[in-house]
Amino acid sequence: MAERKLRILVAKPGLDGHDRGAKIIARALRDAGMEVIYTGLHQTPDMIVSAAIQEDVDAVGMSIMSGAHMTLFPAVIELLKQRGAGDIRVFGGGIIPDDDIPRLKKLGVDEIFTPGSSTQDIVKWIHAHIEERA
Amino acid sequence: MAFKRTSKAKKAARPVAGSRAAAPEVKKKVPARKAAAARKAPATPGRKAAPAKPSRAPAARSYAPEAARAVAKDVARWMREDVDRSKAKMPLRKAEFTTDSGIPIPDLLTLADRQKERPEDMGLPGQFPYTRGPQSTMYRARLWTMRQFAGFGTPQDTNARFKYLLSQGVTGLSTAFDMPALMGYDADHPPGEVGKEGVAISTLKDFEILFDGIPLDKVTTSMTINASAIVALCMYIAVADKQGVPLEKLGGTIQNDMLKEFIAQKEWIVGPRPAVRIVVDMIEFCQAHMPRWHPVSISGYHIREAGATAVQEMAFTLADGIGYVEECVKRGMNVDDFAPRLSFFWDVHNDFFEEIAKFRAARRIWAKVMKERFGAKDPRSMMLRTHAQTAGVSLTAQQPYNNVVRTAMQALAAVLGGTQSLHTNSLDETYALPTEDAVTIALRTQQLIAYESGVDRVVDPLAGSYYVEHLTDEMEKRGMEYIHRIDEMGGIIRAVEEQYPQKEIAESAYRFQREVEKGERIIVGVNAFKSDRNAPIDLLKIDEQVAHEQVERLKQVKAGRNEKAVQAALARVEAAARGTGNLMPPVLEAVKAYATLGEVSDVFRKVWGQYREGGTF
Repeated sequence: MAERKLRILVAKPGLDGHDRGAKIIARALRDAGMEVIYTGLHQTPDMIVSAAIQEDVDAVGMSIMSGAHMTLFPAVIELLKQRGAGDIRVFGGGIIPDDDIPRLKKLGVDEIFTPGSSTQDIVKWIHAHIEERA
Repeated sequence: MAFKRTSKAKKAARPVAGSRAAAPEVKKKVPARKAAAARKAPATPGRKAAPAKPSRAPAARSYAPEAARAVAKDVARWMREDVDRSKAKMPLRKAEFTTDSGIPIPDLLTLADRQKERPEDMGLPGQFPYTRGPQSTMYRARLWTMRQFAGFGTPQDTNARFKYLLSQGVTGLSTAFDMPALMGYDADHPPGEVGKEGVAISTLKDFEILFDGIPLDKVTTSMTINASAIVALCMYIAVADKQGVPLEKLGGTIQNDMLKEFIAQKEWIVGPRPAVRIVVDMIEFCQAHMPRWHPVSISGYHIREAGATAVQEMAFTLADGIGYVEECVKRGMNVDDFAPRLSFFWDVHNDFFEEIAKFRAARRIWAKVMKERFGAKDPRSMMLRTHAQTAGVSLTAQQPYNNVVRTAMQALAAVLGGTQSLHTNSLDETYALPTEDAVTIALRTQQLIAYESGVDRVVDPLAGSYYVEHLTDEMEKRGMEYIHRIDEMGGIIRAVEEQYPQKEIAESAYRFQREVEKGERIIVGVNAFKSDRNAPIDLLKIDEQVAHEQVERLKQVKAGRNEKAVQAALARVEAAARGTGNLMPPVLEAVKAYATLGEVSDVFRKVWGQYREGGTF
């Protein structure tokens, strides 16, 4: 068994408490054989980045319903770079209008999953796009 | 202008409370005469005389046993001959049929099944145990309050939306606050969420703008705020004071249900025990000074939206209610002094009959609990009055116009269930707070039900339906099982600390998601009947300018206030928090001196510590 499991941090940034989606994704990824760490609620970008580095994850998935995605995604990506962890991939989902998705991708978000995405789509995407970090 | 179009509602708010600004002429039924007629001619097929004296104790059976036996025989033959033959020819679509909560649905229910029913469980409208509704005449006397939840951007933005809604016929206001306000932070707290999911509020100045030109002695207001509810209520009182409206004239509701925050909505400042102490302070204050105010709206809405089934929503919410009553009684309050002002708030999801049954079963359980467990004597203490909101979580981003239809069916269920107040969601709310156009369709949906469908003309029209009565009984039974389990755990506060309801809800949410993904549960437009042609809809966007404006105003307020008075008032808040004095008077004094929402919340954090929940899933 050379391969270690993929490690994913599921994060819930900001003050918004709607965590149904984040918890479902966390369970689905775990059921798909990944190591999942869930941050819990009300995390600042700084807390998320610290957790990602400490837990040595391969990717961070953020759930945002609050309309603050244009602030929170860039903040996390910027901090990851600053701390030399720019190779940790970032994806996310939540209430994110279609128009904002290309802008987020330009800012460095790898993928955005909108309402109606199945957990299996997300699992498949992770297997196809996220590799274990060196 | 800080926004492009209009607001959104996402959770919602509160109940009851009459409204004056109603839309009256259309329907004002004359009370006594018609009510009597209604009692004689119940909308109850297959059932002869209604029991005359509901108070008479355990009546034996509702129906002649011979008739029931004959029916049972018929049914047995029908099952053998017709149903089995039919199944052999064409199998059923599913091996077993259940409600969304998992209650099995039999092949058929008949008169024979009603033998188990106790007439005193149904009673009459406006009589114990209120299964048939809290008032004897229901919508024949007064329609439900059409209360649309609104709040976004700056206080000016929301004030304009309030005035628009009033001009369009809403009969009560309902305020959504933004996430910083809900979590006890001012607008200058780290960025991104100011004015996004509700209106941004930091000081009394913001409240003055929010309710500018709205007569608070005429309109009832609901405020969906919990952890910082005490600050919001005090600001509301202070604004009313400036308008010359005394405390005792203020009508409305503040959500103030902290237990469901820990269970589901997850906006908190301090932990469950101090949080509940503040709630009890507010109930105690309102009981003494605000006879028309509902100091807490015990809410199932968020519990359901987080993934609970209808049974769980009802059970955990009633358990929360029991928790508050216990704490108030421990405080030394007399149950009949405060219980009449407790109100409830249900979600209305898709399973039409189960939702109707939920309203009826919840009223019955609450009536029995208040009478038998807490010894309430005043009927109003036993009478569950509720606000309702259609299920935001049932709406889909795909084919958003379908959401209008979903909302209409859910709203109809709420009305048939006998709600006192209703919010209907807008078609665009899976994307953003609703635009003015979307909100208007949502409000029109209620008006169509009220003025065109005819359901306003009859009290509890589904009483006596074999199915609805069966579901009502089942909901009661299953709800009571949860309540007993929670009692055994040492009560709801304990259960919440042990994350029991939280885990049950997460389990249900995950099960639901798996059913959708396996195609066992069809969601039109999502996992069936998909279409690429999603008509584009306009969306409301909140500009970052809102945050700048709010921070500016906050700075001005702080620069212009008497700092010494503020600090002295905050010190009195702290002293009350550390002691046992009621927190309402010192918080009121503090907000009147323009102490901010964040500053008062900081006092709570200092005294009790910021609550955090671990990352379990």
